[in-house]
Amino acid sequence: MAAVSHEAHGHNDHGHHHEESFVSKYIFSHDHKMIGKQFLITAVFMGVVAMLLSILFRIQLAWPGESSDFLSFFLGEQWAPEGVLSEDMYLGLVTIHGTIMVFFLLTGGLSGTFSNILIPLQLGARDMASGFLNMLSYWFFALSSLLMFSSLFIESGPAMAGWTIYPPLSALPQAISGSGLGMTLWLFSMVIFIAGSLIGSLNYIVTVLNLRTKGMTMTRMPLTVWAFFVTAILGVLSFPVLLSGSLLLVMDRLAGTSFYLSDIIVGGEMLTNTGGSPILFQHLFWFLGHPEVYIVLLPALGLSSEIISTNSRKPIFGYRAMIGSILAIGFLSFIVWGHHMFVTGMNPFLGSVFVFTTLLIAIPSAVKVFNYITTLWRGSIVFTPAMLFAIGLVSTFITGGVTGIILADSALDITTHDTYFVVAHFHIVMGMSAVLGMFAGVYHWFPKMYGRMMNTRLGFVHFWITLIGAYGVFFPMHFVGLAGAPRRYYDYSVYANFDGDSYAMIMDLNVIVTMFAIFAALGQLLFLFNFFYSIYRGPRSVQNPWKSNTLEWTTPVEHIHGNWPGELPTVHRWPYDYSKPGAEDDFIPQNVPLADGEEEH
Amino acid sequence: MVTKLITLGVIVLGVIALAQLMRIYELTSKLRKTGEHEISNRDNKINAKLWVAFMVFLYAGFFWLMLEYGWTGRGDAASVHGANLDWLLNLNFVIIIAVFFLTNTLLFMFSYKYVKEPGVKAFYYPHNNKLEMLWTVVPACVLAVIIILGLQSWTDATGKSKPEAIRVELFSKQFDWTARYSGEDNTLGRHDYKLTNDENNPLGLLTAETIKSAIENMEASMDAIESELNNDSIMMVPKDRASKETDLSRKSRLIRLLHQMEGRHDAKNDNQVYDDVIQTDTLYLCKGKEYEFNFRSKDVIHSAYFPHFRAQINTVPGMVTRFKFIPSKTTAEMRVERMQEDFNFILMCNKICGGAHYKMKMMVVVMEEEDYNNWWDAKKKMTFRSTFFASDDSETASGEESMTSTDSNALVDSTATAMN
Ligand code: HEM
Ligand SMILES: [Cu+2]
Ligand SMILES: [Cu+2]
Repeated sequence: MAAVSHEAHGHNDHGHHHEESFVSKYIFSHDHKMIGKQFLITAVFMGVVAMLLSILFRIQLAWPGESSDFLSFFLGEQWAPEGVLSEDMYLGLVTIHGTIMVFFLLTGGLSGTFSNILIPLQLGARDMASGFLNMLSYWFFALSSLLMFSSLFIESGPAMAGWTIYPPLSALPQAISGSGLGMTLWLFSMVIFIAGSLIGSLNYIVTVLNLRTKGMTMTRMPLTVWAFFVTAILGVLSFPVLLSGSLLLVMDRLAGTSFYLSDIIVGGEMLTNTGGSPILFQHLFWFLGHPEVYIVLLPALGLSSEIISTNSRKPIFGYRAMIGSILAIGFLSFIVWGHHMFVTGMNPFLGSVFVFTTLLIAIPSAVKVFNYITTLWRGSIVFTPAMLFAIGLVSTFITGGVTGIILADSALDITTHDTYFVVAHFHIVMGMSAVLGMFAGVYHWFPKMYGRMMNTRLGFVHFWITLIGAYGVFFPMHFVGLAGAPRRYYDYSVYANFDGDSYAMIMDLNVIVTMFAIFAALGQLLFLFNFFYSIYRGPRSVQNPWKSNTLEWTTPVEHIHGNWPGELPTVHRWPYDYSKPGAEDDFIPQNVPLADGEEEH
Repeated sequence: MVTKLITLGVIVLGVIALAQLMRIYELTSKLRKTGEHEISNRDNKINAKLWVAFMVFLYAGFFWLMLEYGWTGRGDAASVHGANLDWLLNLNFVIIIAVFFLTNTLLFMFSYKYVKEPGVKAFYYPHNNKLEMLWTVVPACVLAVIIILGLQSWTDATGKSKPEAIRVELFSKQFDWTARYSGEDNTLGRHDYKLTNDENNPLGLLTAETIKSAIENMEASMDAIESELNNDSIMMVPKDRASKETDLSRKSRLIRLLHQMEGRHDAKNDNQVYDDVIQTDTLYLCKGKEYEFNFRSKDVIHSAYFPHFRAQINTVPGMVTRFKFIPSKTTAEMRVERMQEDFNFILMCNKICGGAHYKMKMMVVVMEEEDYNNWWDAKKKMTFRSTFFASDDSETASGEESMTSTDSNALVDSTATAMN
């Protein structure tokens, strides 16, 4: 319906733009391109916050107990008395860091930004199915970001139970100060976040199913859109489970129910709750939590498929296999959640089943990696900053992926569970891959978003600093983890009591890691500068700067309502006709009809 | 304050300088008439070479870490099933490290080799079913091996222990561990959290007398609250009063349950409780004996993590979890093997449980059978019966505890010298 009215709109308004007020253009905008940019700016802000938090607690890990002006500057006397981070706040920082990174930067930010900008543009639609719901989804996201951010500033501190907020710790304010108001804010923020994410995802799904332009069959869709589509489905199926899990936790906290609580004595107080199970929460949490990993990762893989193909000037290798593996990963991701719970006391046989399903995911993942590598083979590679980031993503996806095989093997998880080995694994495979993918997307589609170019040289420097920093931070963590160092430890002084050699090693490596973290964080200043500077002063972009095939590059540089002046483009081919033999140029946009005698791929 | 201003000033100046540099850069590129979207041949080549440089950096870093820290910290397993898990871990590592090198090298070298050369067109190669089949089937076969071996070890490690395995309970709370040996009958007596009392029954063990004592305590504390609430001479803030009232109503619910428990209780098995032996501070184990551990938690989830025995399980309030293992090396042997005079086994908490999570540990000492028996012969007299009934005289009880804990190092040292 919305599409029809936009259709008409596009015809009539062509040529004369009706003046929009500042508010309807920049704030309560219904336009998917503007909403995408709103998501991006919010996510950049949240990402900077989360990165800063990680630097704060990394300082404590590298130089435990040493006074630091940096810490007292940001945390003040309450949380860093005399410049030394407090134990509770250490956990608070870790918790909010993880929460923001996973949910706000890489779920809201990554798929919010690029699904919004690219789905309509790459499908040849005038806008999302419902512009109003789309706007609502952003404002829910903004509100939840604000709540989460504000929880850092309250008297009793932010949530401190880890981003996984396992009860009873998260249910009992007597157990840790952050489980008071901080946890309440966390839960309310997440409830709003989930609502926003659901509205957004439904909108993406409906748009993909209904608003494809003429000729855009499902098997002619760019892999980006495939990835966003499956991501949205995963979100719709899994987030409600987290929502119900969180609501039960809210009830345990506020209404005295016992869903997750049983036989507890805490802070000298004997509670009457009985019959609940903390393990139930973990099942509910990870039923979202694992698909969440792919909600974070798939969009990044989708973006890089597009970027790698464009900049190798070759079709993506095995287009159908790529779609197949996205679908397989999406499906399997729902039946593996138990691999986070091997050592919870869950029935070992059930554990075996999860080992099996989890290791199956390695197969479609391997297919994707080999397909990327084959796409590069005999290409004619142009190293735009986006291309560098996309290749970096493939590397971190491999490096982080292989350690997943160890963790998925329940027998080996007995000793690696909850150690720094896990921290290394998920940061590389999920954190870094998704962040690199997001940067790739920003560099690649910046011209589309802002009509201007980012500086490439700064982009190169930013990339190399980020890649070296990322490996420098997370590679040594494997070794710390194999030494048995548990995660979420304020310091490792306990090792001094029983194993001096390991203690020395952990301290050495922790300093190295923190140095790289500071180096990488400083490198991000280059990006921030480049990004904001180029929004206002970057050189104007041409219409199709990367000589790409997809439809978004057939729209004018200046943003208009309805995306295309005049008629919507018609699609005649798949999006990957790069360097096709017999063609003059090394790219043929999707809206170019087949030449006489030309075969469709 | 001054330093903050200076830092701020430096940052602002830095940003301005960067902006100026950008202006200059843009003006020169305007002169050269290239846009940002056209990557020059030179830039392309530089980035291609940087991929190789990066690969060297990554692999060199990897080897350095391996050589320098490869097996520090982890060492060889000190339990029977642990040795098997280590073998499996090494096998898996060989496989994944091979994949890591193979795929990363292909990725980086292709990036280097196929950088754009003016005039060379890319090879149009959309798919090849045979190749795709190959890299579906090969990983599937390798994974099948990994799964089968992994599940065998998993089933072994988590399976039932033998009936004669020594039964020990580990009880966790913020932020320490307590062990309970099952005593002469090798049966852990029953427990109920409502009976927990820091003075005489910290683990909430269940006997006719502990129920009685719990009821008495509960009544006493309810009386105290009631008299406080009814005492008109004390001024109370409404909030305090309300919280006292909730406390009271909670306690009256608990005492009802305690009375029910008393009515149902059959004292026949109380002896299973009374011969149990509670041990804090250090856990003593005997080399070569199988142990069946049970785990409980008083407050939040903790995780019992024995890195050297390759064992871990969460402790969950309201639930009993378990695992088993057979220590295969004594503390003294480990000290020799690792060439560390003061090495010890440890039990750490490995699930976030509050501010002092990182300090929650228990020392573990493994002894030869003879030493162990000596220790146990002395220890087994300090049964729950003796501590519970002597608890009015709590001085002596705590005195004995601390004596045993200082004893621990003397014991290890004597075995260590015996070794050498
Ligand atoms: C500047 C880069 C980063 C550094 C230095 C860093 C460092 C760390 C460290 C040291 C921890 C604590 C681990 C523990 O004690 O359990 C942690 C936790 C975590 N980080 Fe990061 N991280 C970075 C970026 C990211 C990114 C991009 C993500 C996105 C997925 C991420 C997600 C998480 C999560 C989910 C946790 C777990 C939080 C928890 O235990 O509750 N981090 N990070
Ligand atoms: Cu998972
Ligand atoms: Cu603990």
